[in-house]
Amino acid sequence: MAGEPTGLLHAGGTASLPGAGNTWIDSLREAGARRFTGLGLPTRKVEDWKYTDLRALSGSAWDLPVEPADLANIEDDASAVLINGCWMRGHRPLPDGVELVSLARAIEDGDDVVRHHLGSVASLARKHFVALNTAWLADGLVLKVADGVTIDGPLRITLAGAPGAQRLAWHPRNLIVLGREASLTLVMHHVGTGDYLANLVEEVVLERGARLRHYRVQDDSPDAVNVSTTEVKVAGDATYENFVLATGAGVGRNQIAVELAEPGASVRLDGACLGRHRQQLDTTTVIDHAAPRCTSREAYRYILDDSAKGIFQGRVTVRKHAGGTDSHQSSKTLLLSGKAGIDAKPELEIYADDVSCGHGATVGEIDQDALFYMRSRGIPLEEARDLLIAAFIEGAVETITSPEVQALIRDHALAWRTRA
Amino acid sequence: MAIVQETIDTVREATGAYKHGFVTDIETERAPEGLSEDTIRFISAKKEEPDWLLQWRLKAYRHWLTMKEPVWAKVGYAPIDYQASSYYAAPKSAADGPTSLDEIDPELLETYAKLGIPLKEQEVLSGVRNVAVDAVFDSVSVATTFRERLEKDGILFCSISDAVREHPELVRKYLGSVVPATDNFFATLNSAVFTDGSFCYIPPGTRCPMELSTYFRINASQTGQFERTLVIADKGSYVSYLEGCTAPQRDENQLHAAVVELVALDDAEIKYSTVQNWYPGDEEGRGGIYNFVTKRGLCEKRARISWTQVETGSAITWKYPSCVLKGDDSVGEFYSVAITNNRQQADTGTKMLHVGKNTRSRVIAKGVSAGHSQSTYRGRIRINPMAHGSRNYTQCDSLLIGDECAAHTVPYIEARNQSAQVEHEATTSKVSEDQIFYCRQRGIPEEEALTLIINGFCREVLQELPMEFAVEAQKLVGISLEGSVG
Amino acid sequence: MEKNAAMTLLSVENLRVAVEGEEILKGINLSIGTGEVHAIMGPNGSGKSTLSHVLAGRDGYQVTEGRVLYKGEDLLAMEPEERAQAGLFLAFQYPVEIPGVPTVSFLKHAMNSVRKAKGLNTLDAFEFKKIMDARLADLQIDNSMVRRPLNAGFSGGEKKRMEILQMALLEPELTILDETDSGLDIDALKVVADGVNAMRSPDRTTLVITHYQRLLNHIVPDRVHVLAGGRIVRSGDPSLALELEESGYGDMVTAA
Ligand SMILES: Nc1ncnc2c1ncn2[C@@H]1O[C@H](COP(=O)(O)OP(=O)(O)O)[C@@H](O)[C@H]1O
Ligand SMILES: [Mg+2]
Repeated sequence: MAGEPTGLLHAGGTASLPGAGNTWIDSLREAGARRFTGLGLPTRKVEDWKYTDLRALSGSAWDLPVEPADLANIEDDASAVLINGCWMRGHRPLPDGVELVSLARAIEDGDDVVRHHLGSVASLARKHFVALNTAWLADGLVLKVADGVTIDGPLRITLAGAPGAQRLAWHPRNLIVLGREASLTLVMHHVGTGDYLANLVEEVVLERGARLRHYRVQDDSPDAVNVSTTEVKVAGDATYENFVLATGAGVGRNQIAVELAEPGASVRLDGACLGRHRQQLDTTTVIDHAAPRCTSREAYRYILDDSAKGIFQGRVTVRKHAGGTDSHQSSKTLLLSGKAGIDAKPELEIYADDVSCGHGATVGEIDQDALFYMRSRGIPLEEARDLLIAAFIEGAVETITSPEVQALIRDHALAWRTRA
Repeated sequence: MAIVQETIDTVREATGAYKHGFVTDIETERAPEGLSEDTIRFISAKKEEPDWLLQWRLKAYRHWLTMKEPVWAKVGYAPIDYQASSYYAAPKSAADGPTSLDEIDPELLETYAKLGIPLKEQEVLSGVRNVAVDAVFDSVSVATTFRERLEKDGILFCSISDAVREHPELVRKYLGSVVPATDNFFATLNSAVFTDGSFCYIPPGTRCPMELSTYFRINASQTGQFERTLVIADKGSYVSYLEGCTAPQRDENQLHAAVVELVALDDAEIKYSTVQNWYPGDEEGRGGIYNFVTKRGLCEKRARISWTQVETGSAITWKYPSCVLKGDDSVGEFYSVAITNNRQQADTGTKMLHVGKNTRSRVIAKGVSAGHSQSTYRGRIRINPMAHGSRNYTQCDSLLIGDECAAHTVPYIEARNQSAQVEHEATTSKVSEDQIFYCRQRGIPEEEALTLIINGFCREVLQELPMEFAVEAQKLVGISLEGSVG
Repeated sequence: MEKNAAMTLLSVENLRVAVEGEEILKGINLSIGTGEVHAIMGPNGSGKSTLSHVLAGRDGYQVTEGRVLYKGEDLLAMEPEERAQAGLFLAFQYPVEIPGVPTVSFLKHAMNSVRKAKGLNTLDAFEFKKIMDARLADLQIDNSMVRRPLNAGFSGGEKKRMEILQMALLEPELTILDETDSGLDIDALKVVADGVNAMRSPDRTTLVITHYQRLLNHIVPDRVHVLAGGRIVRSGDPSLALELEESGYGDMVTAA
């Protein structure tokens, strides 16, 4: 693969990418490149990027990843491992009815499902990072679950970043398709060292009655920028659940767009952002109620220490004929330091009258009365603080419906307190 | 409830849906159409202004030329041709300056009588109202009542043009101190061309003995109205200020770009209430006022500013009454009802800027959309790093009537202080069919039931209004929603 | 003892009603004479509230067959408020909360709407208050309740008393009580029953819908009907209620 220094985008570097020469993939990449050239990197003048500072991305030149060498510190029980955005290996055997392969291979094999869905869920309109990802679309994974297949235990996928000679930028693309009445639990773990941009785009298609529980632990390198975009299309009576625990990255942006496309579809988006130092942790979600009688629930919690900054932007749109919509959203923030801050913008955009929608947002410090109460019972200050912080985290973690994943994410979140 | 019945009766009595839609036939003197430095010099000369004010206007105008009209609000309208409007229109007889109310054109007095606003003090005194009125007709203030009596308490209440002449030191000190001449596109335009408006100063420790009120009326066609209001409550003083507005029914859109500046010095309190009932346009969206208003108040230590607004008129409303909570322990409040029907569009809300320690703000916004209208709540709560112990509570609720309208909620919450507490809640729902049925089962007709329920929905805000306005506002709720059921 | 047809106030004839395509009432026949008290009993889900809602004119029900005559007129053709103004009152099983609307304003508004329809003068605040205070005293309802927003945050018992207060103010000709007894303790039950009994007169008619026999000890009906599975499966004198108390609905439900 190309290893010469590049800007985030440069012309003519895609000839060696998988599937190059196929008209459909060439034109998809070209459209992405054109769009990104038009948009450039977002500035804070762009309403959706009003609060997130991307200056970390400007300046020096970027490398595309070369084959990484060192796998030593990667957990090995994952069903698939991507390093610097490239598929390294899959882990066999997989449950019956589940197919998990590298996107590069699927493109080269001319997989029909890939051809049908790729680029159809994640649209390029006004989405800077989707455009950039599409321009460099090369690898990632394709995960399919056949109609009616239910997988109980979580499937684990590791996305690791390893340093290169220069700053690296990678743009993996994942495509996840669940057939009718299929059900899957998926845990994605982001880890890494060094200074890189991980620009992940995932497209998720849930057919009628399917259910995907999609969990992410974002524990990228503190010097990294992680922009993860998840775009989901949910068919009738299907359910999408997503939880993101963000502790890593210097700038971490988790953007999720869900289209509730048919009656009876439902979505739950939850998460916890635990920030310190000068981290910026951003959650930007868009839920589109495009059909009648759909349900959405959203709850995010932020704990921000030092000079960390949290951003929450949550938009819920209810289209004209989406009667019977039921939607609720909440964001809660705990500020642990005088220099930490949060910007929250919950937004309702409603074009139908038969709706019940609401949102709530709170910001505050640790409850001083509770703190005093605990201390008056003999609990030392620091311990009392820890207990209250743990209770606040629990409020987020308890929304996770998979007990196994709930335990895993709870441990990871509680460990954040004691890590430097 | 009697109010509801009265509402319905009022609606039936009114010839059209908009009862203030009459035009008064009065000789008008106006500036030629268009906007240039010459227009500004014309206005300034007409008003015999001092040079500093002319220069202030020209500076604003030159800055305005470099600005772009804002596009972020959720309102859509055809581009405004700023050269097609006249920036000064005055009733001719008033141009020579009435020295007493007796010299005011009787037609004008009648206009205000139709609006229910008494300009003759003896009428006022005989009635139950205890309100001093400054009436602004097109571009000029035509009458200010109770001036002498208020002056006994040291309270200055007059048109801003009079204030420029009689109290230049106060005007010069405070004009533009809260809304700078370069603040935003519409405020800057206003700074360049404002014609009249009200001025009020309450001396230290004084409690203003009556409600002060301004009534704005656009009458002439092809004019914009650019009034400027300046209210200064000196240390420890209190004033309650009311503002009402109406306009004739016309096919054209008329521009209203006002600026209101409030200054509440230490321990002062200003209560500013508005019932905005500009002509909203017809069912098809023809005509109506474009209302682009900048309202902002500055609170010094322990001061309190409370904005209450009932917005039922205008084709387009663009309005965010705000508070800069600069002084420690100061308080800002915003209570709002915005009702849109037919093709109306409203983008309104507030900004609360917490700068000082232990500052508090409270926002209660109720939106009701019917017909093909759009209503947006847009609010910004900013807690600055030094605003220790500050609190905000925001509640915005939207109600939809019919499935052709839209309601949006766009709050921005920016917290930069650990010890601050911000709480925001929003809901959107439709009028409950169960509630309507329950009322009808008790014999109350559907449209009255709706008015009753909407008034209930808005109650928290309406009860913040002074008595005289509360009754008027409740009636307006019914009138504004006429034809939205069935 | 059947009363003759000329004195019939309400006559329900072969009424079939569906909700969202599912048939709930499957041919109801019921005739109530002026001045009578009838009771409808039946298990949960048998269609009792559906019947009361259809009589009051609530949306969302499709009448697929049959008709209802009230004072000889087509009841189903009337708007809900017209039915109320014509003297039909429904005490709701689940009274609706209307936040922000003070109860007292609502009561006055309702009363004046009904009076106006009857060609009576409307009451001013003082006249109204006098009447209301008297009714409040009769029903042992605290004055503070009417200053709160209508039903908002009221307890179950308070809501039921509020329904009876409204009945007392509007003085209807036909009152339908839909499970007004449920959720009431014995003292509250007595207050409600006394309120109904106080209004009993040759020109007031009552339809008591209840799940339990208990209320009928206090409001003794002329006739009792058993509604099960969308049909009236038995009708009889008050002893039928006692029979039901002992044997339960079991047999009659299977009979349906
Ligand atoms: N709005 C509705 N939508 C669907 N089913 C309904 C609705 N209202 C009532 N039903 C159904 O109709 C039946 C009768 O209900 P209801 O009249 O409330 O019974 P009861 O009052 O005797 O307990 C029940 O099976 C109930 O589930
Ligand atoms: Mg029932």
